[in-house]
Amino acid sequence: MGKRTPLYDMHISQGARMVDFGGWDMPINYGSQIQEHHVVRNDAGMFDVSHMTIVDLTGDKVREFLRYLLANNVDRLKDKGKALYSCMLTEQGTVIDDLIVYYVDDNFYRMVVNSSTREKDLAWINKQAEKFNVSVTVRDELTMIAVQGPNARDKAHLALGKDTTAQVKDTAVFFIRFVSDSSLGDIAVARTGYTGEDGYEIMLPKEHASTFWAKLAEQEVTPCGLGARDTLRLEAGMNLYGSDMDESTTPLEAALAWTVAWEPADRDFIGRAVLDKQRAEGVDKKLVGLVLEDKGVLRNHQTVFVDGLEAGEITSGSFSPTVGKAIAFARVSSNIGDTCKVEIRGKQLTAKVVKPPFARNGKVCI
Amino acid sequence: MSDIPQDFRYTKTHEWIAQNDEGSLTVGITDHAQGLLGDLVFVEVPEEGTTFQEGDDSAVVESVKAASDVYAPVDGEVTAGNELLDDAPETINTDPYGDGWIYKIKPEDEGAFDGLMDADAYQEFIELSDD
Repeated sequence: MGKRTPLYDMHISQGARMVDFGGWDMPINYGSQIQEHHVVRNDAGMFDVSHMTIVDLTGDKVREFLRYLLANNVDRLKDKGKALYSCMLTEQGTVIDDLIVYYVDDNFYRMVVNSSTREKDLAWINKQAEKFNVSVTVRDELTMIAVQGPNARDKAHLALGKDTTAQVKDTAVFFIRFVSDSSLGDIAVARTGYTGEDGYEIMLPKEHASTFWAKLAEQEVTPCGLGARDTLRLEAGMNLYGSDMDESTTPLEAALAWTVAWEPADRDFIGRAVLDKQRAEGVDKKLVGLVLEDKGVLRNHQTVFVDGLEAGEITSGSFSPTVGKAIAFARVSSNIGDTCKVEIRGKQLTAKVVKPPFARNGKVCI
Repeated sequence: MSDIPQDFRYTKTHEWIAQNDEGSLTVGITDHAQGLLGDLVFVEVPEEGTTFQEGDDSAVVESVKAASDVYAPVDGEVTAGNELLDDAPETINTDPYGDGWIYKIKPEDEGAFDGLMDADAYQEFIELSDD
């Protein structure tokens, strides 16, 4: 038996098919993964993401610490509440994890990191934090529910009630607000997500998770499993740690160069020397999007060919419910052209090379 | 609880087999199997005239989650593939024992059908493998 989130019983009662996900018993779907996917693109769905790790960082030198720890630059955060997506790198410039950091106050930042990387992330953060006298507090008493889709915010507002809604409804994209809710306690509402749709990620005390989930269900927010979460993020062009990048790849080899803040040039962050060199010399491999022209389904680890020669492999592949074709991310030779072949069960099928995202905000973008 | 028609036969790899009047057998995947796979998005159906030995990879069903082989339940030659699945693979989810059939095969041994697992045995088999 795996670890259970506070919503475990709720999932079972809603007919979820549960799977092991990095030691957690998580819902993969509640019947149809494709229907759940479409609900998020067209209406509103909710995800139990309680397995993710919430870490609070406090101290006088916390900004200085994050300038050093992260490849993106927290100095881009001018307004309180603003969030930043970043990689955390090894000294070799490879990716330990990708994360979101929220600027709460001058001496307080909140970070959300992946569940599968939790222990190594915390060990790394703690090690680096010592030098800056920054306190690292894991908020395991909090749980997280993502409400995503074009109608997600309206429905979440109805579930949250008038007082809280008045305080969060004007939250801008990629901002977080902290609210003391009369029934849910101290909560944080962030306008972030992992689906390519508008919505919130709501952090709240564990003991109120089921109550809030039920309130969302009353507003006809559809429960969605990790299956739909994966196809939604893939369509949206968002990387998955462990599949699309890990400690053997740098951000430049994972289509994440946009998350590296090169300026100011004198900012010293962990891994910088390697990235500067790669940036100057160019990289041999890059991460691209593929759309299968022939019938079939692209899957992780299928081999990509160009002119009959191996040119890389698929890191995340699936059928795209929005596009209606198989799509993928593939790490391939940097000089790849407009098309390639992918080997599926001994046959070489044709795929088009594209720049993700494949679909966002309810629409196909390729 | 998944549906298991009484008059069909089954395999441990979750194919169902029905006997047709003209001596051919129809092959599909069971309700239990489609439930495990989830939404089907692609089916590779064998061409007419292909011959298989029992246990050969005879077709592929792919769901959003994963690809899964369909094994030939008997030795024989394919007499028809279900072309409907080309454009509507989800038919296997909605009607696994009817319109969601995958192919028809003419068995080498006319008595092959009777040697396959019956509905009660299959029911027992999936109950045991669920534990």
